[in-house]
Amino acid sequence: MFSFCADPQNLEGLTWLSCYLTTGKHMSIYYAVGTVLLLLAITAPIALGFGFGGAVAARSRIAPLRWFGKSYVAIVRGVPDIAFFLFFVIALDQGFEYLRHQIKCPDWDLPIRQGNDFVVCAAAKLPLSTSPQYVHEIYGFFLAVLTFSIVFGAFAANVLFGAMRAVPKAQIETAEAYGLSHRQTFWRILVPQMWVYALPGLSNLWMVLIKATPLLFLLGVEDIVYWARELGGTKTPQFTDYPHPDWRMWYFFGLLVFYLCFTKVSEIVLTRIMRKLTKGQATLGGEAQRREVVA
Amino acid sequence: MSCWDTIADYALRSQGIGPKLLPRSDFTLCQQVTLIGSGMIWNIYFGVLSLFAGFFLATTVAVAKAARSPWIRKPADWFVFIFRGSPLFIQFFFAYFLFLSLKGVSPAFAPLTSAWLGALVVLFLNTSAYSAEIFYGALQSIPKGDIEAADAYGMSGWRRFRRIVWPTLLRLAWPAYTNEAIFMFHSTTLVFFSGFPATQQRGDALYYASYFADKTFNPFVPYPILAVYFILLTLTVIGIFGYVNRRLNRHLPQDRKQSMKLRMNLIR
Repeated sequence: MFSFCADPQNLEGLTWLSCYLTTGKHMSIYYAVGTVLLLLAITAPIALGFGFGGAVAARSRIAPLRWFGKSYVAIVRGVPDIAFFLFFVIALDQGFEYLRHQIKCPDWDLPIRQGNDFVVCAAAKLPLSTSPQYVHEIYGFFLAVLTFSIVFGAFAANVLFGAMRAVPKAQIETAEAYGLSHRQTFWRILVPQMWVYALPGLSNLWMVLIKATPLLFLLGVEDIVYWARELGGTKTPQFTDYPHPDWRMWYFFGLLVFYLCFTKVSEIVLTRIMRKLTKGQATLGGEAQRREVVA
Repeated sequence: MSCWDTIADYALRSQGIGPKLLPRSDFTLCQQVTLIGSGMIWNIYFGVLSLFAGFFLATTVAVAKAARSPWIRKPADWFVFIFRGSPLFIQFFFAYFLFLSLKGVSPAFAPLTSAWLGALVVLFLNTSAYSAEIFYGALQSIPKGDIEAADAYGMSGWRRFRRIVWPTLLRLAWPAYTNEAIFMFHSTTLVFFSGFPATQQRGDALYYASYFADKTFNPFVPYPILAVYFILLTLTVIGIFGYVNRRLNRHLPQDRKQSMKLRMNLIR
């Protein structure tokens, strides 16, 4: 990276460290931080969408849809989340391959599950075995996003379902008295008002989502945990210009500090948003703000 | 081989009692149910011990957090912030490699690098921090009248804490604490997926479930089995904590009784 890094043997102290932390391999861990942020940025809106769908389904007047919504919310409560992560990645992958298999190879007559193997025709493989490495990585990341969205969608559904019920009943009754249809009441009265009630739950969910990102490692994505283990392990002079003993402890200490800073910053930002949103609201928080201004 | 034989062979496999080799092919449903159930022993072990020990540390930290002196309050604040602000998964990894380095310094630290003690320490500190926050919240919402009444009776210091503050604190915190307990049992599944090795394939329930899922490439059998086990465990925890809740509130008039409202569990 820097010009003085040409001969690592002669470096000492901080200069050595600055060279060490900017080697090509270390760039991968910085990219991995980007991957984590990208995952958060993509997952959050999709999970919110899933959550909205789930909450609407749980409130539906059509019984099967209601059952589906309710069980979607309920099932994540009793079972460890990490089990879902491990389950969905394989299940989704097999589901997609099975669907493609049905479409692309209709005249295939062997069973798909042969003993301990899951066999689909070559054209149905996802991604195709001929495709380049980056396609495999993107597909893995895509599966991870979908898995995170399904699990966190259930959490968000729970929060939004509660928020929809927290909207004062009088508001709905007034809308009905004005002759608004069920659909109109939902979109024009309920949805705009529910966000204030949902925000504390959703911001809590955001913190939890941040803390769930290291689980990407379990889904086979090369994320920061992967690189911390990889880079921290003992390195001998044989393979690198920067030999060192087992430094994994320090790498994970770095990750710990990274996550602490990340949650702290989110906390500060979310408090600000909450302050903005409560302004002028007829809630306890809004009332407290009014009193502050007067005083 | 009948199912009873399988149970006799593998029921204690997670503790190292039983055949050395795990089944390798032709997995029967019975084998999966037995081995995953055997793994549950670890989950219960970690959950029960860390919750029990964590309860005491949590009470101490909660009281320290409410202390006036910054010398007592600040360390408690930091303790809670560090364990609640970072992912448990990273805590496990960091602790494991820390213990490994300590082992290099002195062999006295060797037991800490194995899951039964090392992971237990991490889970204990983690649940203490989460419970401390719950207890601190409850401590802040103890009715002023209760304290004033205690003062009027001439109670102070330890006696007031033991007779008035602590029971009220428990009553207020109990529903949230139940949630924390459920959640704690779920967190125990992370142990063998982070640094800590499952020596001789003695793992917890999720370890065996993922073993079967990897071998059979069929996630639709082992994970639902695991789910059933955990739902049963969750119901048991709710039952026990509900009993304690009724006992804590038994002197209150019927309409003031708090019903147990359970919140959803979240990843930590």
